[in-house]
Order: sequence, then C-alpha cells, then structure tokens
Amino acid sequence: MIVIVDYGVGNLFSLKCSFAALGEQVLVTSDPDSIDSAEKIILPGVGAFQDAAEKLRKSGLDLVLKKQVQKGKPLLGICLGMQILFEKSYEYGEHEGLGFLTGVIRPIADVVPQDLKIPHMGWNALRFRGEKHPLFARVREGEYVYFVHSYYASDCDASVIADTEYGAPLTAAVAKGNVMGCQFHPEKSGDVGLRILKAFCEWKGDCVC
Amino acid sequence: MITKRIIPCLDVKNGQVVKGVNFEGLRQICSPVELAKHYSSCGADELVFYDITASSDGRKLFTEILCETSQNVFIPLTVGGGINSCADFDRVLKCGADKVSVNSGAIRRPGLISEAAKLYGNQCVVLSVDIKRVDGVFRVFAKGGRENTGMEAIDWIRRCVDNGAGEVVVNSIDTDGVKKGFDLELLNAVCQAVQVPVIASGGAGCIDDFIRLFQILPKVDAGLAASIFHFGEVEIRELKQEMVKNGIPARV
Repeated sequence: MIVIVDYGVGNLFSLKCSFAALGEQVLVTSDPDSIDSAEKIILPGVGAFQDAAEKLRKSGLDLVLKKQVQKGKPLLGICLGMQILFEKSYEYGEHEGLGFLTGVIRPIADVVPQDLKIPHMGWNALRFRGEKHPLFARVREGEYVYFVHSYYASDCDASVIADTEYGAPLTAAVAKGNVMGCQFHPEKSGDVGLRILKAFCEWKGDCVC
Repeated sequence: MITKRIIPCLDVKNGQVVKGVNFEGLRQICSPVELAKHYSSCGADELVFYDITASSDGRKLFTEILCETSQNVFIPLTVGGGINSCADFDRVLKCGADKVSVNSGAIRRPGLISEAAKLYGNQCVVLSVDIKRVDGVFRVFAKGGRENTGMEAIDWIRRCVDNGAGEVVVNSIDTDGVKKGFDLELLNAVCQAVQVPVIASGGAGCIDDFIRLFQILPKVDAGLAASIFHFGEVEIRELKQEMVKNGIPARV
C-alpha cells in the first residue's frame, strides 16, 4: 500500500487517480498509523512553503515522516512536497524545511535570464545527472515532464539526479537513499509521468546514491 | 528548453462536446472523455474544458465528466465557463482541474481574480478574454462575445494580471472561425503589456498558422483551437513535428 500524505495542502485527486491508473493500491491519509503501515509514502504539495511547513509541524506529521525516513521507508516528495524535504526556503522570508536533504530553496528569478517568464510553467526535458537513478528506469533522457514553479532547489549537488534547462539548469529530481523528490508533476506528465510513478512503486531499495 | 504548448479546447454542453463558429450555430461532436483521451495520446500538451451549460443539472453533469476525465487523462487540465466565485474554483479543482479560467465572472466582479489568486496561487488563475475591434480599438466582450463591455482590452488584461491572473487566453472574435490565422496584431499588443504566459486563441486554420504564430511572436506560449482539431483538419502529432522542423521547441 502506498499512502499520499494529506496535510491540507492542495488537491490530491489527480495524484490518487494516477496511482489508480497504474493499478496500485493507494490511500490518501493523515493518519500516523496508516502512514506507519504503508510500504511507501508520497508527500505532495502546492502553494506556499511557509504555510505547508507549518501545517506539517502543527499536525505532528513532520515527526511521523522523520521516523519513517529513519526506518528506511521510501518517500517521494512532489513539487512543493519535494522542496520541503530540504533544509530551508527563501520564499517570502526564510523558513525551515524537514531537512532530510541538504540544500535550500531559492527564487528562480535569481538564476534565469530576465526575459524568461516566471513561473517556469510547461513541458521541459529531463537531463539526467550522474548514473541513471532507478526512478528513471522506465524513461529516457530528454523526455518531457510538466513543471509549474517559481522556486527551485539549490546547493543540492549531492542529491540531484536530473535537471532541466530554463536559461539556467534547474533541479528537476533529487534522491538520497530512500528519500526522493521531483519538482515536476508526474501525475500531470502524461505517460512519462506515469512511468516514473510506476518505477517508484517498483523500487526495491537498490540505490546509486 | 520549455516547449510551446498546443491546446485543444472542448466546449461541453449537456455532456457533449460542441463548437460554435463565431460563437453561434452549436454542433455536437462526441464524448468529452473519449476526445480528451484521444488528444492526450496524440500529444496535446494541455486541455481546456469549457462548460457552456446554463442549468444546474448540466453543471452537475459537467462536474462528473471532469472527474471521469481526470481518472483517464494525465495532462494539465484548465476548466472554464460559469466560474463566478471561489466556490466554483473549489468545485472544479476537486475534480482534478489544475487551472481555472475566468471570463464574464471577472468582468462582473473583478475582485474574483485576487480572491482566487490568494487562495489557490496565481498559477491557478487563468484570465480568458473575448476581444473584438470596435472603431479600431480592442474592446472586451462579455457573455460569450455577445455584449460589448466598453472596456479597452489591453488595459483590462494588465489590471487582471496585476490582480493575480497567472496566464491569459486571448480570444480574438474578429479572427475566430475565419481560419486565416491567429490575430497577430492583438497578440503582439498583449505580449508587450504583460509578463505572464499568453495563449493565442481564435483563427487557426492550418499547421502553418501555428508556425507563423510562434515564429513571428516568440513570446506567445501556446496555441489553442477547437474545431480544426475536432474535425481532423489539423492533426496534433503532425503539427508538432512541423514545429520541430521549423525550429520551434515542441514536445514530440
């Protein structure tokens, strides 16, 4: 069973549908026991970093997730759910994340040329970094995924497994042991996205990082 | 590099896809869910579902169709038509919509855009504008293009973007249904005025119209059309291959 952590951030209907389309059993929940008994965890998220981080802390789910990660359970953060895995974010101030991964979240505007629009929204190509990660077992380099974001993961070279080019390289996916994340939305990236979610479901813990 | 998006638009009434030429003369096509699946498999980058139902029964049916689409199609989905409140945003977002497009609702009550942007983020709020030249001035039209609001279009778009609209669909009534190409003059004026993504709508008749659009106006992010896709006059896969051949970034 895969759980999608429901902490009141964004709408999880499409994500749930995408796992259902893969024939995977999935539960949307905020219940610590259900998260504890799940095989794998998805941490979704859209909206503002500060609001999401506060909701995780107030609900105590931050500690639940920490325990699961320490136990070695696979965790995949999506979009803001990926950003929150890092140490901190500079989105409207300075806010602490879960700190599972080394790195910080900064505005895209800091690195991309001024004539490019923000958010970085649309389909962009994956460029693998380092050895191909098992998350990409079913996709090829150069395939397109769907992004919507104004901030990006920076100072995280140790965990980047793919980036994408938008006037500057932007972190597209990260992994460190059992903790993984993608900036793009696999549940909105058509067949390619479904293949990435499938690979996460199939992942047996073999790791290149 | 980020690709230029190709977006089929599905007007839905009583559970069926329809398309009006110059906003009149509605004609039925087929099941929205089946058509959405078809477009997704052909390489459409995004879909727009437009609810043109007036009755509450029709609205309920539309919402059911949205849910069914989200269970089968995994590309971004923008929903418009009858969006007048944040409750309307909520209703369609819960069914799997990623973006919500406002048109007459924002004309009646401009505060809708800032309210929705605060709740759901700018990226979720799409401004859709029906524009027609009146005595040489671009004017905003309401009620599906039937009523001149008297507002100057570029000024209206700029105000809505300032209030939080994260994307603009520019629908030219003058070129809609004419199939002689997008309204490049109007689109250029919009691109000069705002920094958010601009989607061109109205006037595409053939593959070349899309090529010209992206070559002449590189700041336009996407091209939207309905009937030429529905009737197979332009095949999306072929369109994208032609875009790549012409050096326009496209997802193939």
